[in-house]
Order: sequence, then C-alpha cells, then structure tokens
Amino acid sequence: MPTKFSKETYLYWYELMQLIRQFELKAEEMYKMAGKIRGFFHAYVGQEAIAAGCMTATQHEDPFITGYRDHGWALAKGTPPNACMAELYGKATGCAKGKGGSMHFFDVSNHFYGGHGIVGAQIGTGTGLAFAEQYKGTNNVVLCFFGDGAARQGILHESFNLAMLWKLPIVYICENNNYAMGTSVERTSNVIDIYKLADAYEMPADMIDGMTAEAVHDGVARAVKRAREGGGPTLIEMKTYRYKGHSISDPQKYRSKEEVEEYKSQDPIQKVLHTILENNFATQADLDAIDAKIAGIVEESVKFAEESPWPDDSEVLKDVYVDQTIVFDED
Amino acid sequence: MRTIAFREALREAMSEEMRRDERVFLMGEEVAEYNGAYKVSQGMLAEFGPKRVIDTPIAELGFTAVGVGAAQNGLRPIVEFMTWNFAVLALDQILNTASKMLAMSGGQISCPIVFRGGNGSAGQLGAQHSTAFESLYANIPGIKVVSPSNPYDAKGLLKQAIRYEEDPVMFMESEVLYGEKGEVPEDEYYIPLGKADVKKQGRDVTIVSFNKMMKVALSAAAELEKEGVSAEVIDLRTIKPLDWHTILESVKKTNRLVIVEEQWPFASISSEITYRIQKEGFDYLDAPIRRITSADAPMHYAPNLAALAIPDVARTVKLVKDVMYTKK
Repeated sequence: MPTKFSKETYLYWYELMQLIRQFELKAEEMYKMAGKIRGFFHAYVGQEAIAAGCMTATQHEDPFITGYRDHGWALAKGTPPNACMAELYGKATGCAKGKGGSMHFFDVSNHFYGGHGIVGAQIGTGTGLAFAEQYKGTNNVVLCFFGDGAARQGILHESFNLAMLWKLPIVYICENNNYAMGTSVERTSNVIDIYKLADAYEMPADMIDGMTAEAVHDGVARAVKRAREGGGPTLIEMKTYRYKGHSISDPQKYRSKEEVEEYKSQDPIQKVLHTILENNFATQADLDAIDAKIAGIVEESVKFAEESPWPDDSEVLKDVYVDQTIVFDED
Repeated sequence: MRTIAFREALREAMSEEMRRDERVFLMGEEVAEYNGAYKVSQGMLAEFGPKRVIDTPIAELGFTAVGVGAAQNGLRPIVEFMTWNFAVLALDQILNTASKMLAMSGGQISCPIVFRGGNGSAGQLGAQHSTAFESLYANIPGIKVVSPSNPYDAKGLLKQAIRYEEDPVMFMESEVLYGEKGEVPEDEYYIPLGKADVKKQGRDVTIVSFNKMMKVALSAAAELEKEGVSAEVIDLRTIKPLDWHTILESVKKTNRLVIVEEQWPFASISSEITYRIQKEGFDYLDAPIRRITSADAPMHYAPNLAALAIPDVARTVKLVKDVMYTKK
C-alpha cells in the first residue's frame, strides 16, 4: 500500500525523533550518573512525534514557542546539539550562553523563542509573537506549545479571546501527556477534553493522536493553512505521553508501570521505523547507520560541552539591559 | 512659550513617535474609540487608524502578553494601563517575561516596550485604586522606571522611552496631573532617562521627590523660603536607573536630606536613596536623612484619612525644620 508521505519525509522523521530521544537519554545520563547537569530537567522522551509532525507541516521562518519541556523543540528547529548540551551544562557556548539552562533554551536565528518556565505564560507571549507577524504583514504562523497543566491557567482564556478577536496567525498546540506534574487531567477540571476549551471562543479545534507523526502533520498542516490564509487561530489537543517523569526528580507514584509500558508499545519512533522497513524506504543496515551517526552527534555534544568554558564572571551583570550605559550599584 | 496640559504632552510624544516609526503602536483599554479613559489618546484613532490605536478587552494579563510578545518580535508597543493598579494582573508578563528575556536568552531577545498609565492616589478612590508602584517595579532588574512631574519632562522622557530605549520602560503618570498645564516648546526634544533635575536651587537642605509629590516638595520649599530656609528641590524624573550623583552633589552643599514620596515606606525609593547617600556621602551629613512616605496601610476612603495617608506641605516643612534643628 503506498504511503501518504514520501520516503524522505519518513527518513527525516526517523532521524529527528532519534536525535531528540538519544540526546535526552544521554543528557539524563549526564545529569544522574555524572552530575554534570543541574537544576530542573524535563525530558521530551515519548512525545517526539509531535516535534516531527510539526516540523514537516511548517516553514523554517514560522516562530515556535514552548514551555520548559523544550530541548526537543530547539533540536527540531535546528539548534545544534552541541549548543543544546552546552546549555544544559551551563557553558558559555550554550544556546543561551549558559544563562538559560534546561528550561530556557532560545535560538532566534532558527525562530525558536524559548523555553518558558512559568506554566502557560508562553500562551500569551506566543499570541504577541503572532500579533507582530500579522502587524508586519508576513506570511508566518506561530506554533505555541503548552501542556495539559497550562491549559488550566487564566492566560489561556485571555489569549484565545484576543487571538480570535483579531484572527491572529497562531496554532495553539496542547501536548496533553495526561499529567500536570503528578495531577492527572481528570483531577484538574470538569472538562477533560482540552480541545473543547476553544468552543467558548468559537475557535476551530482538533484532537489528534500525538503518538503518530502522520496524524500530527495532517492536523497541524490544516491549522497552519487556515492561519496563513487569514483564518485565525486553531487549538489542537495532541494526545501524547511522556515515558519519563515530569522532571528528573519525579518518583512517578501517580501512575502504574503497566500504564507506561502500554504507551511505550505505541512508540512513535517504532511506528515510523516499521513503515520505513515495510515500504523498503531503507534497510535495517541504513537505519543502523543513521543510529550510529546520531550516537556520534550526541557523544560529540557531550565532548563539546565538557570542553567548553564557563561563562566569564563578568557575565553576571551582562544581558540585563540592552542599554550599555547602565552603571550597576554593586554594593 | 506655549502652554499645554500634561495629557496633551503625552499625546504629542506618542503621536510624534508613531508618525516617525511604523513599528510603534498604542494598545489598551478605551484608548481608541473612547479616546482614552483620561483623554490622553484623544484623536489618535482618527489619525492612525485601528491597526495602530487598539482597543482591548479588559484583560490586562492577555494584552500585556501580546505587547511583550510583539516587542520580542520586532515591534515597539506602547501599552496603556488605565491605572497601574490594574497592571498587577499583568505582573507575571512584566516581571517573569519582559524583564528576564534578555538575560534568559543570553542576549538574543530584547523587549523594547513602554507601559504607561496613571499611578498612585487620585482623591478618594479607596484602597484598590490608590497604590504608587515605583518602588515595586524599580526592584526588578532589567526594566526602567520613569515618573515625571510636569508636561515638559513627561513629553521629553516619553519620546525618549518610545524611540531610544531598547529595554522595558514603566512610565508612571498621575490621574491628578493630566490636566496640569506647563510650558512645552513646539520644537522636538528628548530627555535622557536616568537624569534627575534640580527644580529649585538652595543652600540649606535638599528635598528629593518625584511625580505629583513634587508639588508638595516645591510648596514646602516656598513656605520655608519665607522663613529664611533655602531648600534645594530635586526632581528624580527617572526612578531607575537612579541618579543618586545629583542628590549627592546637592547634599555635599546642603548637608541635609529630606525625601518626599508617595510609596509605602518599606523598601521604598527613599530607602534606596538613604542607603546610597549614607554610603557615598556619610561625611557630608549633618543630620539623619529623613523621609515622608505614604502611610504603611492600604488607602482608606474617608477624606481625612485619605489626606493623612499621603505627604503634605505642613508635615514636609516640619520635617525639614527637624533636620535643620530649628527651634520650634
């Protein structure tokens, strides 16, 4: 049976998802085993199909903005793995000069606007990014990501209202991994279908299988097309799952091992792998070669981070103001 | 020189900068079709159209976030708060996003945005419409705070903020000053932020104030003049960055300092000035630095309580006499 997407698309998806997963697993190892990474750390493992599908459904110039589970998004938008790993280490060569850390990756050259640590705040800021695209008359569409926890913040409602009022070019994507830290969706609202929150604003909405790259691509492509044509925002709820805890220090007592295993059986990377092999898009040897290449990239990123310098001490009072005439009262 | 009202000076500043730069727009509650809750933006919708003079619903957090995101993506927004009391709802976007984005992104994302609106008390408006917020915002690294006292300064400082400042600026006005008239030249001018202004020269004591409390400071100085006390009166104009050098130079001459402000007392602007001047000018002081602030309480409604809660001329004069060790 012919596939809807090309061989190149499947191989791109496979490589990107493997890069994100292997990067995250290595970073977690460097956190837990080597103690090289500190602070809060939220892995994207399990949710890679959303990044994959969103990338093929958008253009490079489309701004992306997300919350603190952001490593995968920076990698997807094209931030070099070296700069990502160095940022986790807090090194001067990181994608935010070692000033952001895990939760605050930024790469404006690749149209990635972070990396935000206040749950849901990026829904409002992302709406502002879209306002600017409309004001400037560009053809760009903002993709604004948040979790099921953020969907309960008030900023979501004010943003939805303004985005619909002004028909802003934005796609709101709720990555519903079913747990706001340790609180399941059912325990946060009477409305457990998050996409229905769009109804109050008459915003188009969709619920998509976020474990399947094809479905993600299709849903996002529809919403992006609508936004590019002046049709305004869309809310897409992506049903997904994180294999890891909320953060690296999460004992995960709120869910069963069986539940995690059930989701792992729908693994998005395995699905793409299966399609590639079934359609002879690549041999197992080809895929092994991709895996080896990614392992090398990830190893190199660790080496790069290890060998990079810390930010200079003088950086503590830099990047506070653009204004270089500011004199800080240091005592 | 011609005389115009404070609100007209603000309007001229915004309109001139909007004519110059397409990226500048004004957004807020009632700024467009209503012509401004306090008529600051009167006529601007007619001139610039609804794309650039934008009415918002009552959603301070939402429209502030839109302004912040727009500033990060190449525009230069002016966001009007009907009063800074309502901006508290938007504090997350100001404190956690606007002020921190440059640092968090390692210098990649700046946020050139001006927030402006009425601040402080304005008659018997009760507790929730009467707070002066300069000290709260001045505590936040990454943002600048401006609080002008007259139309001339307001226009020059606002033009500077809109055109030249690449960092977020909190521009604090006063509902009771919007109708105040003052001399404003026809010719274009800018006033750099971070420069205090000596509004009255004097020898015996330095009085520092800003915004509408400058009236109290200047009236107190006039009273004192009659009694032979020569007070130098400094208008801070910009709260952050704080121009303490101008205060220090004055104190070197007068050896006495009184601060008059509408902030609550704890960790206020006067606290900061007092720290800086005792450190940099300890040997010049002939008396403890004194201050008069708002009462350390929410503003009450009753007229006598409302009047007691903010600085006035009589208590300022008395405080100056205290630091002069004048016999009663």
